Amino acid sequence: MSDYSLKRREVVHRILENRGDAAVITGIGNASHDVASAGDNSLNMYLFGVMGGAVMTAFGVAIAQPNRRVLVITGDGELLAGIGSLATVGVERPDNLSIIVIDNQAYGATGGQLTHTAAGVDLVGIAKASGIKRSELLQSWEDVERCVGEIYGGEGPFFGVVKVSSAQEPRVNVPNDGTLTARRFRGAISLSEPA
Amino acid sequence: MVDKDWHWAHEVHRHFREIGISQAAYVPDGGLADLIKLCNADEHIRSVVLTTEEEGVAQIAGAWLGGKRGVFLTQSGGVGNCINMFSMIAECRIPFFSMVSMRGQWGETIPWQVPMGQATAAALEAAGVIVETAWDPREVPEMVEACTKLAFDAGRAVAVVISQRITGTGDRG
Amino acid sequence: MIDTNITWSGHVFNILREAGVKQIAYVPDAGHTDLINLSIKDNDLIQVPLTTEEEGVAVLAGAWLGGQKGVLLMQSSGVGNVINMLSVADECRFPLLMIVTMRGEWGEFNPWQVPMGQATEKVLEAMKVIVLRAYTPFDVAETVQAAAKLAFGAGRKVAVLISQKIIGQKDWQK
Repeated sequence: MSDYSLKRREVVHRILENRGDAAVITGIGNASHDVASAGDNSLNMYLFGVMGGAVMTAFGVAIAQPNRRVLVITGDGELLAGIGSLATVGVERPDNLSIIVIDNQAYGATGGQLTHTAAGVDLVGIAKASGIKRSELLQSWEDVERCVGEIYGGEGPFFGVVKVSSAQEPRVNVPNDGTLTARRFRGAISLSEPA
Repeated sequence: MVDKDWHWAHEVHRHFREIGISQAAYVPDGGLADLIKLCNADEHIRSVVLTTEEEGVAQIAGAWLGGKRGVFLTQSGGVGNCINMFSMIAECRIPFFSMVSMRGQWGETIPWQVPMGQATAAALEAAGVIVETAWDPREVPEMVEACTKLAFDAGRAVAVVISQRITGTGDRG
Repeated sequence: MIDTNITWSGHVFNILREAGVKQIAYVPDAGHTDLINLSIKDNDLIQVPLTTEEEGVAVLAGAWLGGQKGVLLMQSSGVGNVINMLSVADECRFPLLMIVTMRGEWGEFNPWQVPMGQATEKVLEAMKVIVLRAYTPFDVAETVQAAAKLAFGAGRKVAVLISQKIIGQKDWQK
């Protein structure tokens, strides 16, 4: 297994710089910390459980709010636990859904055990074969910069796998009270419906 | 007086329209086929076919987060695929309405359906879902109406279980 | 007599070997790390890391059909992913041994773990799985031994729930 040079937190922060009024759903584990470390936001919904549920939660938001960009920021382990979601998104193809997988090839939250991507499972290939045409592998800063525009526009869902270093980043305080974050999110969404 | 064209699904669908249901998530199922067909044909409802039922629980949670109402339609076997995903519904106290068609129960002929069918209500209740079971087709519309209130107005997770007595005991696969 | 120089994971590993377990299926979890690491060092054992726990129940059904014994290691949240798949073991009366590290109970700090942790025993029992619990490190080995007998001797589905009291009150977020 090879390690990668991109740092997960720098990549997530760069992507979020352009978020505007986008809604962000995070998958359980490090992805929630990556997103929260860029600054808490009412339009962030952090999942602290339900491994495999991030993509479909964001999908539900995306089709409820077709005029708003909805981002999923999750990890490779979390996505693998709900890998069928890519097939469903590939069939439904919401224009406003972007899925960003921070792929460190490991279950970072439980001690760094290897995921199937470390053994070569190709998430971009799965996404493409599922009908998500805009599926990209990001391995360098050039790739990240090239894809930032893609993430916030374009036709059909976007799927990007960012290969990142397996180094653990410091944990931050992420709001984990779901009754609070869910209602805060829902309130922020309905108060600021984009035209 | 019995109208042989009457089916509970028409009244349930009409109620979905009245209360503004805009998403339906399901894995194709025989027992709920009529209701699914009506939802599919309805331009106000986005019907989404899932690969596995747990996707639907997450999607309907997302619908509510996005300010809309959705329904989750599943067979009893699918309930066993969603138990961990119900954590989000419980933890965030997301209003959640679902309909479950039973297998492994009244007149079942396929043995493999029985273990999950017999565990469905207990598993739902353990996951924090309020369960109401309909045994007669005529009681379904009223039960759905009451349970959608419990779900969307009182903010609870609710399942209306359609017994196999209603959906039929035929040996569907 | 219990050798106190060996951790509970070491004892469990020995018991699983004595019981003739060949396949170890798991979704990685901090609580099972020692046991998984011990099994990786053993060339006679086959490790099957999974993407989701329901795969594991199917793997072990296949193991039994293929003439081998296996064990499924997971966290309590994973129990919520296997409920329908347990139908296979119930309907065919396959032996099934599961070792579950608990979350959402003793000293839990992540609220999202609580609903599933509190439902774990109930949903297993709804699927007619026999549930045995271990609350101290000294209980674990004996409990797994009893569970392995129930599973492979008496042909039952058995889950050992290892209390969060043993795993430690996790003070970092998952």
